Amino acid sequence: MTTTHPTRRRLLASAGALAMAAALPATTFAQEPRRGGTITVHMPQEQRILNPALRASTGVYVIASKIMEPLVDLNEKGELEPMLATSWQGSADGKTITIKLREGVKWHDGKPFTSADVQYTAMELWKKHLNYGTALHSALEAVDTPDAHTAIFRYSRPMPMDLFMGAAPDLGYIAPKHVYEGTNILDNPANVAPIGTGPFKFAQYERGQYVIAERNPDYWRKGFPYLDKIVWRFITDKAAATAAIEAGQVHMSNYSSLPLADIDRLGKDARFEVSSRGNERQPFQNTIEFNLRRKELSDVRVRRAIIHAVDTDFFIENFLYGNGKRAHGPIPSVSTNFYKAGAPDYAFDVKKANALLDEAGFKRGAGGVRFSVKMLSPPFGEDIPLWSTFIQQSLQQVGIKVEVQRPDAATYLTAVYRDWDYDLSTGWHIYRADPAISTMVWYRSGSPKGTAFTNQWGWVDPKADKMMDDAAFEIDPAKRKAAYPEIVNLLNTEVPLWMATERQFISVTSKKLKNHHNNPRWPSSHWADLWFEP
Amino acid sequence: MSSIPTLLILLAGLFILLQFAPGDTVDALMAQMGGGDPAQAAELRRFYGLEGSAAVRLLDYLWRLVRLDLGFSAIYNKPVATVILERLPATLMLMLSALSFAFFAGMLLGIVSAQRVNGWADTLISLLGLLFYATPSFWLGLMSIVVFSIWLAWLPPGGLYEIGSGATGIWLVLDIARHLIQPTITLALIFLAIYLRIMRASMLEVSTLDFVRTARAKGLTRGEIVRRHVLRNALLPMVTLIGLQAGTMLGGSVVIESVFSLPGIGRLAYESVVQRDLNTLLGIVFVSAVMVICVNFIVDLIYARLDPRISAGA
Repeated sequence: MTTTHPTRRRLLASAGALAMAAALPATTFAQEPRRGGTITVHMPQEQRILNPALRASTGVYVIASKIMEPLVDLNEKGELEPMLATSWQGSADGKTITIKLREGVKWHDGKPFTSADVQYTAMELWKKHLNYGTALHSALEAVDTPDAHTAIFRYSRPMPMDLFMGAAPDLGYIAPKHVYEGTNILDNPANVAPIGTGPFKFAQYERGQYVIAERNPDYWRKGFPYLDKIVWRFITDKAAATAAIEAGQVHMSNYSSLPLADIDRLGKDARFEVSSRGNERQPFQNTIEFNLRRKELSDVRVRRAIIHAVDTDFFIENFLYGNGKRAHGPIPSVSTNFYKAGAPDYAFDVKKANALLDEAGFKRGAGGVRFSVKMLSPPFGEDIPLWSTFIQQSLQQVGIKVEVQRPDAATYLTAVYRDWDYDLSTGWHIYRADPAISTMVWYRSGSPKGTAFTNQWGWVDPKADKMMDDAAFEIDPAKRKAAYPEIVNLLNTEVPLWMATERQFISVTSKKLKNHHNNPRWPSSHWADLWFEP
Repeated sequence: MSSIPTLLILLAGLFILLQFAPGDTVDALMAQMGGGDPAQAAELRRFYGLEGSAAVRLLDYLWRLVRLDLGFSAIYNKPVATVILERLPATLMLMLSALSFAFFAGMLLGIVSAQRVNGWADTLISLLGLLFYATPSFWLGLMSIVVFSIWLAWLPPGGLYEIGSGATGIWLVLDIARHLIQPTITLALIFLAIYLRIMRASMLEVSTLDFVRTARAKGLTRGEIVRRHVLRNALLPMVTLIGLQAGTMLGGSVVIESVFSLPGIGRLAYESVVQRDLNTLLGIVFVSAVMVICVNFIVDLIYARLDPRISAGA
């Protein structure tokens, strides 16, 4: 592992950025922030709506989190930073959470922000429409508003405080009640012309071209933001986006939206910072999913053999330009609250893979082939076709013939999650701060057929289900912390699917931008303290 | 009039074809936002009107079409007619400029080639034509961006106009023209190659006809013969080609619009397929079909003008 590959070194350096993050603002603050200026940001895909209280997705956050605000965000150390909420307190039985709200905050249309907005957003948007919010708040009974700046969340079963607050930076955006009340929420014009409390006001949305937001002069944080204007440009062709960045037309591209080769090349260009710094909170993983309805794959020895046969480290080093590392289960190591080293692993070992397959009774037949499988590979990122081809070639060596199919996203989700028409599948697992939000659904049985990114593998383990449910609603943080490594041990033993890599999104940022990527979810954060030096 | 049944068959056929594409617009949305739960998905299916059988929805669609209502776009939360109207200008500008450039440049080069058959100019032009014809346009577009936008920094790498420059009137027109230079040439080159070859062949053929010999016997100069007699007759196949290629060009603009991030119909169509936005896609097919029919109508009129033997009455 002591390679001198420059990319590797750079990325290792940036992996330590979370630890260094505290020191970073100090160096940038030495420079006097400059006010004014317009920055242009690359958007790889157009979003249907721009309301983060209705749609939890990085593509929505990159634009809308500058306009609307959550209850809390994260600071440079990764701790909760009060935004619309100033303090929070859970009750002893875990069923009520009292939140004090910031006073003197105004919506962009001039109306005051009050607890009624929080109540309305939680009951009507989060609980009814927000992806992952509907599950998180399924037991939310009511939100009481004893005064204009207090909101009391009441749940019918305990809601762990760390789960609620851990989810709040992403799933805690507040929408204005006076704009949404009495309308069809999904159809409200404010969904594409958002009205928020944030540092920037929505100005213009030209479909297929750009979104513009302008400085909010009445922002509650006095003196912020520094920038006058942010322009988000939709450039769907990745190579064209790189060209726009190199030509200086665009200043930043987030969430690994450029070609892998270009990201590597721009990393050597002194005009840009290419780093996963500021993306620590949104790790993602390359998966191998098994359809346990297939006789061969229902045997855990076969699943383990497949994992043994794939040299994940080699893949990361040579196909991903060294960006990432081998994972040890569905909870990434950056999630320090819940991660514990030492879960069962299946190191690269072709001999062992062959032995396991022999033991399971699948002998090599004609042409050295034991059996054939069909693998589906979705178009979520450039790495996925590479990963599926790599698996295909790796498995060929142990006598498993793989036919790879690459349908578009809608076809893929239908085939895997609704029709169960696959043997192997490769996708992305995106981790969202707490395993109870969107990770355990990959393993918990009982999700209705057709639900994307849930356990549709045909794997049912009542013991695992119970462990996951207990952990999700455990209100003692210490017990919760201890429960998840236990669950991961079980999941890594049974391997209904395998989370092979652990990676972070990469941002390409022009060095004209200052004080950027200074918290662990920065591309999805507020950008009030970002400034620009032309 | 005969085009109306064609249009109906086209739309109904596409509707049925799209029923065979697995997944719907809610699945595409789930992929885009990284998942959600079943209750939300059911709610969204209701919202997008995806309940009910395919036959009912098809009849519903056709009935709305009769009333000139193209429906509501799932990915844009707006009426389809509005979405298409917003995107039409970019595509029309790109198509018209590319078509005229390809036509006139192809015609000129074809004439030059035909005048100097098998000379060095003819060989060079034919070689270039072959090269343009064989080069994929996305590659050509990207290379042109690398050279003219990144190395030389002469032209913008993409977009329809400078965002936030506040230019109006003539300055806006010039700004848009500057942004359209690269996409126009990239899209036009492949068609230019075709026009060039057709023009060359057609010129050579017409030059051997009897009336040209007569003109020469009359003592007309070479230039006069080409201009007055050969050109006019040689243009007929070229004009036919315009009608045929209007549709092809719409298809080619998908690639060009993506590479140069232009907000046109081509990119919208691609996006609608990937996101399974049935209403938008059917709307685009409807509008494109109408456009192609119009172009062919105009081509018929030009025919009559070029060749008096073809008249509206005959």
